[in-house]
Amino acid sequence: MAVPISFDDLINPGLHPEYEPAPIFSDDTSFIDVVKPEDIKSSTLTVDETRQPVVMVDNLHVKYQVFSSGKAVGTAGARRLLQPKMRGVRTVHALQGISFVAYENESIGIIGSNGSGKSTLLRAITGLTPPASGAVYARSRPSLLGVGAALIPDLSGDKNITLGGLALGYNRQEVETMREEITKFAELEEFIDLPMRTYSSGMAARLKFAIAASKQHDILIVDEALAVGDAKFRKRSEAKIREIRENAGTVFLVSHSMNSIKETCNRCIWIEKGVQKMDGDPDTVIKAYQQHKK
Amino acid sequence: MTVAEEAEKFGLHRVGARPSLASYLKQTWERREFIYELAKARVQKQNQQNRLGMIWVVLKPTMNAIMYGVIFGVLQGDSKGPDFPVFVVIGVFLFEFFTSSMNGGAKSITGNQALVQSLSFPRLTLPVAQVTQNLLTLMPMVIVMFIYAMILGTTPKWSWFVIIPLLMIFSVFNMGIALICARITVHIRDFTQILPLITRMLFYTSGVLFSVDRILNHWPWLVQIFDFHPLYQTLQIARAMIMNDATYDPFAWIVVSVWALLALGFGLIYFWKAEELYGRAN
Repeated sequence: MAVPISFDDLINPGLHPEYEPAPIFSDDTSFIDVVKPEDIKSSTLTVDETRQPVVMVDNLHVKYQVFSSGKAVGTAGARRLLQPKMRGVRTVHALQGISFVAYENESIGIIGSNGSGKSTLLRAITGLTPPASGAVYARSRPSLLGVGAALIPDLSGDKNITLGGLALGYNRQEVETMREEITKFAELEEFIDLPMRTYSSGMAARLKFAIAASKQHDILIVDEALAVGDAKFRKRSEAKIREIRENAGTVFLVSHSMNSIKETCNRCIWIEKGVQKMDGDPDTVIKAYQQHKK
Repeated sequence: MTVAEEAEKFGLHRVGARPSLASYLKQTWERREFIYELAKARVQKQNQQNRLGMIWVVLKPTMNAIMYGVIFGVLQGDSKGPDFPVFVVIGVFLFEFFTSSMNGGAKSITGNQALVQSLSFPRLTLPVAQVTQNLLTLMPMVIVMFIYAMILGTTPKWSWFVIIPLLMIFSVFNMGIALICARITVHIRDFTQILPLITRMLFYTSGVLFSVDRILNHWPWLVQIFDFHPLYQTLQIARAMIMNDATYDPFAWIVVSVWALLALGFGLIYFWKAEELYGRAN
């Protein structure tokens, strides 16, 4: 005879564990990789003594602290004030131990899918993002090709050339000698006296590029979307980038265009999810990267 | 051999490392043209969109002075002292320089995040440019201040030129305060929220609108504290130099100078210590 189901068992709370909703945000941070000081390998960089190293990246780790949204307020907010560790902060480990040595006259392409840490690497090389551990050593401060942030839209293009040039580290005299060339390159001869806010976005981008490209660099970092403006200007700006690249000592180029990497780089580094996957000859690395993406 | 030693061997230096104080100051000095140009550009841009343009630079403090002058003139009745309008104009105009330096300095790093993150230069240039900008705005204000003083019946005299060294000392003091506030804001953004309160508190406790000797003569110990008050003493020197028969204690010069040097010395070191921190993307 079948045992009748006792409904008491089902509705008697004492018989069941108390219901606990799944935590929306938990303080459990065990899923984050924590790098302990003892885990960090000390100095395994091998330097080719026959060549002159320009940039050395030593076991570089970069972490971002991000406030995760949807955190509790109210009493939890007050608690957060007292215990700062309880804040809804998540750590993103953007670069996990990148190491390489760049030599003189090398032009290095950096590839990887979106969000793999390419831009973070560039920012760390220029010293704009401080590393969590590891370090970047360089002969001179690497510079990013860009100047837009120093300009003031309310001022005329002419004044902005002065301001941008001085921000790049030129003195006034050098700016005066470059002024005409910059204006001409940006094709803004007629509009150079107008405030920059009246420029079209293409015109403003051209001016910014022309100012930024006026500087010669020892170690240069070029981010992909630098060729700006209409087709004609893009061609000229690409030529200009090539010219700067040829004059610079060492170049880092970030691009999604495998063709431009193949064309211009003699070395390629592939980063995937913050981990350095491959470093070597562009053709081999690009082939492996494309294989991986399929 | 560690990587650091190996890098040293090839003449490579750690990127983003804080330079020594001396080379930091030297680098900033090399950027002096940028500082001046940035300050000038910002002054121009400030009022460009307004119909009255640059006139606002003097119009705003004038309106402030009239408002405070009338309100506090009525409130203080007979105890307000001689030449009260000139007294208030000098106080309000010069205090404006301090306020704008402190508030602007506090925002000089956090408000220029894009600039800090895209170009590398000693960050000291930003607060210095801010104070330079405020000093440039002060120039027409000082001229207008003298014009008001003459209109209100003050006779011009040679001691008016003493305002130049005084303003130099005052700028040094303001620079120190701006540097300290700039770094505090980087650590605690909330600082800008209480800054208006601090400004207002200082405004009402620095003798901008009242003569301490007259108002607080019941509390001699409090008057003694004001002998060492940097802002009050700056205003007292300025008033003695400009007004017809105001007096001051020459000891005030020492008070003001010592405060200025202390503020700048502490501010410089405090700001420089955190150089690697500015522009952190997080």
